[in-house]
Amino acid sequence: MKYLKEFRDRQLTTSLIKRLEESVTGPMRIMEVCGTHTMAIFRNGLRSLLPEELELVSGPGCPVCVTSAGHIDAFISMADQPRNHLAVFGDLFRVPGSNGSLSEASSRGARVDIVYSPMDALELAVKNPDELVVFLGVGFETTTPAVAATIMAANVQKIDNFIVFSTQKVMPPPLHALLGDPELNIDGLLCPGHVSAIIGSDAYLDFAKQYGLSCVVAGFEAADILQGLIMLGRQHGEGRAEVENGYTRLVSREGNRRARDMVDEVFEAVDSPWRGLGVIKDSGLAIREKYEQFDAEKRLKLTIEDVEEPKGCLCGQVLKGICRPPDCPLFGRRCTETNPIGPCMVSSEGTCAAYYKYGTGQ
Amino acid sequence: MCLAVPMRVIEITGDPDDFLNKQAAQVESEGIEKEIRLDVVDHWPAVGDYVIIHAGFAIHTLSPEEAERNLELMREMARGLDEMTEGGN
Amino acid sequence: MQQDRILLDHGSGGTASKQLIEELFLKYLDDPVLSSLQDCAVIDNQAGRLAFSTDSYVVDPLFFPGGDIGSLAVHGTVNDLAMGGARPIGLSLALILEEGLLFETLERVVASVARCSKECGVPVLTGDTKVVPKGKGDLVFINTSGIGMVKEGVDLSPTKVRDGDVVILSGGMGDHGVTIMTRRAGIELKGALRSDSAPLHMMVSSLLNGLPAGTVHCLRDPTRGGVATTLNEIAESCGLAIIVEEDDVPIHPEVASGCEILGLDPFHLANEGKCLAIVDGAVGERALEIIRQAPHGEEAEIIGTVASGERGGRVILNTGIGGRRIVTSLHGNPLPRIC
Repeated sequence: MKYLKEFRDRQLTTSLIKRLEESVTGPMRIMEVCGTHTMAIFRNGLRSLLPEELELVSGPGCPVCVTSAGHIDAFISMADQPRNHLAVFGDLFRVPGSNGSLSEASSRGARVDIVYSPMDALELAVKNPDELVVFLGVGFETTTPAVAATIMAANVQKIDNFIVFSTQKVMPPPLHALLGDPELNIDGLLCPGHVSAIIGSDAYLDFAKQYGLSCVVAGFEAADILQGLIMLGRQHGEGRAEVENGYTRLVSREGNRRARDMVDEVFEAVDSPWRGLGVIKDSGLAIREKYEQFDAEKRLKLTIEDVEEPKGCLCGQVLKGICRPPDCPLFGRRCTETNPIGPCMVSSEGTCAAYYKYGTGQ
Repeated sequence: MCLAVPMRVIEITGDPDDFLNKQAAQVESEGIEKEIRLDVVDHWPAVGDYVIIHAGFAIHTLSPEEAERNLELMREMARGLDEMTEGGN
Repeated sequence: MQQDRILLDHGSGGTASKQLIEELFLKYLDDPVLSSLQDCAVIDNQAGRLAFSTDSYVVDPLFFPGGDIGSLAVHGTVNDLAMGGARPIGLSLALILEEGLLFETLERVVASVARCSKECGVPVLTGDTKVVPKGKGDLVFINTSGIGMVKEGVDLSPTKVRDGDVVILSGGMGDHGVTIMTRRAGIELKGALRSDSAPLHMMVSSLLNGLPAGTVHCLRDPTRGGVATTLNEIAESCGLAIIVEEDDVPIHPEVASGCEILGLDPFHLANEGKCLAIVDGAVGERALEIIRQAPHGEEAEIIGTVASGERGGRVILNTGIGGRRIVTSLHGNPLPRIC
């Protein structure tokens, strides 16, 4: 696999680990913002190789984990309507709301199909003109352009049995919310590579300046992550707080303007609830009035309930990087992969799932 | 928060400036083929280029020079000071 | 046959059933024991230790690159017997058909069962067919049971696994799982993917005959749940840790690529023609050589070892970059993901 295997090369990563040890000269706490980073770190067994003084905390970058229980409940009530045919990413299928998951709705006879792309959901609508196909839009800046393009394609093709429930979110507002919290004591951000491909590395200039934080954009292969950590270690050691980009093969300073224009055409910023973090101003994306015939919230007149977090669950603290999963009294006892209580356990890229599935075996 | 993989373009449908018609490509990796969309790609690819795919959409066209430079910088970083000196002897 | 579809009448036990048996089943399946159409098969002159296994087969789609429900039904049960160290001697074949099934589809399935059973040298000795009303089934469900004979001295079990044993995987993992998953609308992938549906009894027979008695400790076929789940089951049974070297685990490049695209873990994907053999460390290399020379074993590798120095009951992976993590069993169906 070209452009993947070069960045997994053991000789390269072994040398990078040595350099990382040299670059970390004192205690350093780094937040990996993105859930895909969390997962890649665990799958590679990277934690077992990192210097002891380097502590990694996981951030709020798992879209499924931060989707509020109220939204999950709304997904399920839509699934239970006989005419609706839900099209979802596999990531969402088992996520529990306050009363079951889409997987359970499916067992009751609800039509829930797993798709790889929002475009597959649109195709499903074309093939089933008597059904109302509802695509559940979750995701951050990387995924949103695909959803916007699909809505525009539905508009051009005048398809009226396709709607989207948008719980899409943007990354900078929750990061501001988190970094403003004095409890979260971190020295640098490992910035999400694929989100950055869209928003550009300049998007982090504010964070470096405002919070005096080192920020490094990194890719997802082992060498990418190690390189990113070395850059952060060097910045920290030299007392710098800058934005650096280690993922230059994908990320430019300005990002992907074409994709962002498309998102702007279809979506507008709204306040949005984050599981564990509460409502954050301008952190969500709603479908603009111009495209309201594709807006599930309007077409189905949905109301989103406020739902309490499961009792004892510390996902909120975990998402903020304040707690590690083993600090939660439910982790590994009442909350397991087979019986997840909080969203960080159920999502494939959730921090608790990563700890549970890919512990270092020590 | 987002898986994305590089795949090689083997066929292109549509035109970068025509949003009313399908903008798509057939892409390949290790003998696996998939049709993906080009609606949101940053630079319109040519056949033979590698694009980065997320959720069925290309989000970026890789420049081979940029990818090579990226890898070279990593290798340079990996060599470190002592090994560079050793290499010089 | 006049009709082109299966009717409820074909399962009635009356003349329509008789016609289906004579014109379709016996056309392909011609073992004399079966052809006698008795209520049960009587098998002569068997003495010794008997192995007995059953499995049911439901798969969507029925036909896929590298196999079909018929090949799975034969290979699956033959392999289950083989993993017990048995030489398979006969199968039963029970079909549950959905009313309206195309006759042509059924014929393809039965022809495949017949071809695979012939290739394996394991005849279908007894059979049954039922038809359920449309909507109450999904085209074709199959159950096969099998019997086989186990030689004296052969005793395979995960509890026999010992410190210092080596773990051999007989070929690339995940082929079947990723092939089936990517035939579904919405997550289709085109190209080189093929199921590995294949019989393993010849490989097992070579292994048991080629190694000193008692050195083969455990054989398992990592079907649903994949290599990860099977190894965890073995580790739990023997109470020892299994250490796997990621770089040594064979995987076809197209399977690895499909897994990257859909976000799947190949350790959790089903195999239908692979064997995990756990053998005494002293005969590891010899065992590998035998498996590689056996049918369907060319790509076998030693993928790990059994160790007592670790906390037992777990599978630990030494990753490609020299890191280390645990490998857990699959929970539920593997799902493609974008995150």
